[in-house]
Amino acid sequence: MGMTITEKILAAHAGKDFVEPGELISAKVDLVLGNDITAPLAIKEFRKIGIDKVFDKKRVVLVPDHFTPNKDIKSAEQCKFMREFVREQELEFYYEVGRMGIEHCLLPEEGLVGPGQVIIGADSHTCTYGALGAFSTGVGSTDLAAAMALGETWFKVPESLKFIYYGNLPRWVSGKDLILYTIGKIGVDGALYRAMEFTGPVIEELSMDSRFTMCNMAIEAGGENGIIAPDEKTKQYIEGRMKFPYEFYYSDEDAKYLEVYEIDVTNMELQVAFPHLPENTKPVSEAVNVRIDQAVIGSCTNGRIEDLRIAAEVLKGNKVHPDVRAIIFPGTQKIYMQAMKEGLVEIFIEAGAAVSTPTCGPCLGGHMGILAKGERAIATTNRNFVGRMGHPESEVYLSNPAVAAASAVLGRIAHPDEVIKK
Amino acid sequence: MKFSGKVWKFGDDIDTDLIIPARYLNTSDPEELAKHCMEDADASFYSKVQKGDIIVAGKNFGCGSSREHAPVAIKACGVSCVIAKTFARIFYRNAFNIGLSIFECEEAVEKIDEGDVLEVDASTGIIKNLTKNEEYRATPVPEFMQEIISAGGLINYVKKKVSRNA
Ligand code: SF4
Repeated sequence: MGMTITEKILAAHAGKDFVEPGELISAKVDLVLGNDITAPLAIKEFRKIGIDKVFDKKRVVLVPDHFTPNKDIKSAEQCKFMREFVREQELEFYYEVGRMGIEHCLLPEEGLVGPGQVIIGADSHTCTYGALGAFSTGVGSTDLAAAMALGETWFKVPESLKFIYYGNLPRWVSGKDLILYTIGKIGVDGALYRAMEFTGPVIEELSMDSRFTMCNMAIEAGGENGIIAPDEKTKQYIEGRMKFPYEFYYSDEDAKYLEVYEIDVTNMELQVAFPHLPENTKPVSEAVNVRIDQAVIGSCTNGRIEDLRIAAEVLKGNKVHPDVRAIIFPGTQKIYMQAMKEGLVEIFIEAGAAVSTPTCGPCLGGHMGILAKGERAIATTNRNFVGRMGHPESEVYLSNPAVAAASAVLGRIAHPDEVIKK
Repeated sequence: MKFSGKVWKFGDDIDTDLIIPARYLNTSDPEELAKHCMEDADASFYSKVQKGDIIVAGKNFGCGSSREHAPVAIKACGVSCVIAKTFARIFYRNAFNIGLSIFECEEAVEKIDEGDVLEVDASTGIIKNLTKNEEYRATPVPEFMQEIISAGGLINYVKKKVSRNA
């Protein structure tokens, strides 16, 4: 019987020829990740195990990105605690403020994650790296601690859902719209414990950046992982970057899927997820009367160079609405630099937007753009839960960067065609 | 082990931002986290909850972030166990790893009301509703998870494994 790409990668890491859904396996991990929120807790747990060293100092990666540059004394203490561990363990890949980025933009960019690998991270959006054809999933701090010690972890092999996207991708419709539409269709637990395999001619057309966006949000449907089979674009992306060995896996023709969804994108509208769940998606045409106070463009979902280019295309020659704060967060320092070289940063500042150093910042209501009671934001982030960006009575609407940029200009949720200078 | 306590009931898709908002994640101190447990779902939760009380919720409990601070906060504020229709995957792992007992039982969630008093037998998964005089049966805990629990959480489990390998 055939296997899916997810099953093949897990089998290879469990030292088996074959695995099937439901099977409990112990698998080697290629990389483990923690951040300034989850790592301190993991380090405390790691200390209890009674060994001195992590399993491999090249394969434990810690990134300060959530509350950094340190937003307060407590965050500073957390980061310091993490940094001291990095030094003590002589971890090879650590990215300090100024050299860093949002973990899920940074790790692929740095060539630390790639095809065929198994990666776990104490951050739910670790599923992002599935875009490169890896099995990658989020865990908690204790799981991270155990994996830092052992270099392995346990998984229940997930059943797979196959999503086939076909048709002609309309103008402005991006990976973000495809994934929001998909979550709207299956719900926030529609893929609970399952692998989401994104396939079809439309996926082949998508840029790597858009693929990252899609896999990033697999968790928003409850998925264990999101995955896209590697192709020429994947090869091009990883070329010259990869610091570790990798391997291409593909699903067999006769692989078993719990469910197959076929999605025609030809008439798909741009998608907006209304508060307070990512599944509350509607076409943008049903959202255009919603006034906003803030527009946030960035995060591990849409903080990559392509996203910034799209935002700049919409903002160019326009001004941010007087009642709106537009805040733009490049995903990494490299992306920031690239945006400067291409003149995007200038466009943003000319338009009246704030451009921030890479950080998770407002995405999780951390700092740098918190909402007051009753305020409303449109954001290219991935979650619009109650209180996600600030006060429990504030609201977040999710969209792609073009919609967020257009909304910043008009002060209400808008379609990019409403503002673009032809 | 048996748990008994009064029920606090919540709906579907209770996410980790509701359980412990990110603005409090600049610490991992359980006592600090406990003070803000469920704050954005019910601001007075911490002042009302008593030791041993039980959270009962709908589907997909604990969805969202991987923050282990969520089960830690629940445990630290005195809640003895959580019963839900389903749990989000990372929350499910985290709860076992840190030793917070959780049970999946659709029937229980449908029949139990806030304020009911329950007695839960962790080893059999039998949930007794003392207020309504009913009994429900939770989905059995997978064997591997039982091993983790009986080892006293994942870290102790790993400890044993490491010392065996040494
Ligand atoms: S950008 Fe937002 S979703 Fe992504 S890792 Fe940071 S807090 Fe999490």
